[in-house]
Amino acid sequence: MALTVKDVEHVAKLSRLSFSDDEKADFIEKLNSVVDYIEQLGEVDVEGVKPTYNVLDIKNVFREDKVEKSFDRKDIIANAPSAEGGCFKVPKVVK
Amino acid sequence: MEFKTIVGLEIHSELKTKSKIFCGCTTEFGGEVNTQCCPVCLGLPGSLPVVNKKVIDFAIKTGLSFNCDIARYSKMDRKNYFYPDLVKAYQISQYDLPLCSNGGIEIEKADGTKKEIRLIRIHIEEDTGKSLHGLEDVSLLDYNRSGVGLVEIVTQPDISTSEEAVLFLDELKATLEYLEVSDVKMEQGSLRCDVNVNVVSLDGTLKSNISEIKNLNSFKAVQKAIEFETIRHTELLKKGENTKKDTRRWDSENNTTLFMRDKQHVQDYRYFPEPDIVDFEISEEWIQDIKDNLPELPKARKNRFMSEYGIPAYDANVLVRDKKLANYFEEICKGFKDAKLVSNWIMTELLRRMNLEEVTLEELKFSVEDLIVLFTQLSESKISNGSAKKVFREMFEEGKKPLDIIEEKGMAQISDDSFIEGLVNEVLVANPEAIEDIKNGKDRAIGFLVGQVMKKSRGKANPQMVSELIKKKC
Repeated sequence: MALTVKDVEHVAKLSRLSFSDDEKADFIEKLNSVVDYIEQLGEVDVEGVKPTYNVLDIKNVFREDKVEKSFDRKDIIANAPSAEGGCFKVPKVVK
Repeated sequence: MEFKTIVGLEIHSELKTKSKIFCGCTTEFGGEVNTQCCPVCLGLPGSLPVVNKKVIDFAIKTGLSFNCDIARYSKMDRKNYFYPDLVKAYQISQYDLPLCSNGGIEIEKADGTKKEIRLIRIHIEEDTGKSLHGLEDVSLLDYNRSGVGLVEIVTQPDISTSEEAVLFLDELKATLEYLEVSDVKMEQGSLRCDVNVNVVSLDGTLKSNISEIKNLNSFKAVQKAIEFETIRHTELLKKGENTKKDTRRWDSENNTTLFMRDKQHVQDYRYFPEPDIVDFEISEEWIQDIKDNLPELPKARKNRFMSEYGIPAYDANVLVRDKKLANYFEEICKGFKDAKLVSNWIMTELLRRMNLEEVTLEELKFSVEDLIVLFTQLSESKISNGSAKKVFREMFEEGKKPLDIIEEKGMAQISDDSFIEGLVNEVLVANPEAIEDIKNGKDRAIGFLVGQVMKKSRGKANPQMVSELIKKKC
């Protein structure tokens, strides 16, 4: 299954990214090689095998409903590229 | 050409756990922005989510109440999408193995007919942060809400009118409140509803594409949005056009829906099993334990109110909608036997005044005992109905004791025979023509004479006694 420029543009849109035509061409090649590699899995006969959702052989790891101290706000927004009034500041998302 | 509307709902209800779904940050509403956050709910690298068991308990509890099948094996999944209110660029949700499937909620329409609205599923997930809009070209993000546990309840497209949608939500809201799993406050966003709507011609030849409406923060908005979309879809089809499959948002100021974005296809979310959280095995005992501890639900309580207190279905329904109001009713009935009088007063005087003054039951200035005293005075004819309303108003506004108000205003009804007879005689002497009317069969004249006596007594005479005496004398 070969990916086309349409697929690249679609995935870019979902990721909110835009690329030049050269970059898109580059991605087609790279993504195709990833997909080809993964497609080797198709050769394995999985008839009757239950899906593995998790590779760990443990289940039901829970915590009790207990409130613990949150972080100080100055630490919370310390790594934000932009902040205002204690909030993270980002480009406007809804017109 | 005739069309019918097809509606399915997706309801998000914030769970009333103390801490968030994957970390110990508090879920309290209204805290200072970004003060209820930690590396887990901010999705910082190296942090690991651990599931709050209560979230699963609450989801199972909800599922059992709506007759859902409870999964014995379940897991969390990653839903990938990019939006600034989602810190990790994915939401931890459930995809193909939700905790609850199937089930339904029965609604009763105004004409008495019943209809089952089937559920597809109930799953758990984390809430997103909140964007504060309204600024020129930036959005400000508050992540206090990010990671609060939610149940998402998805219905089959079984709803055909806005009335049915509101009845469904009403029943759902009441049940969640009774279960004590959610605050169900639409205005605070702890209950949110998305509407999927389209129309189809009765002969099945024309069908509009589904629109999803978001940002509906009241039952009224849900109702209006369905009505608005029904017209929009129908008119486009009639013109030979069609709707675009899109996500829209309700604009309550202009009573309209606005385009928000194209609808993403489910495969675009690239769901996959959440590797940071191990799977759930739900044992029969776990489910049974929750089942054994389910509280009485609104429907059962309504039936009990009708049989135990002998009040009509309408009254019982109004009372049980609100758990606290129903508790209040039962409190009063412990000390006062005429349940119909109690329900009448709650539905008219109490609710009217509470709505008017925007007061909650907790904020009332008088006690249940005060109300029982007032009702007893009324039922023993010690005060008239009109006076009782005036007393109630003062209790409500000033928090004064009912007996003090009656005493202060001299409202005590007089049932003294000789006093009443004296007044009746005076009135009869002054109105010979009314007596003549009564003799000629004009019963309305009795009312007139009673009114005259009441006026003379300044409303204090027992009107029943006055009326009987007048009838006897004429």
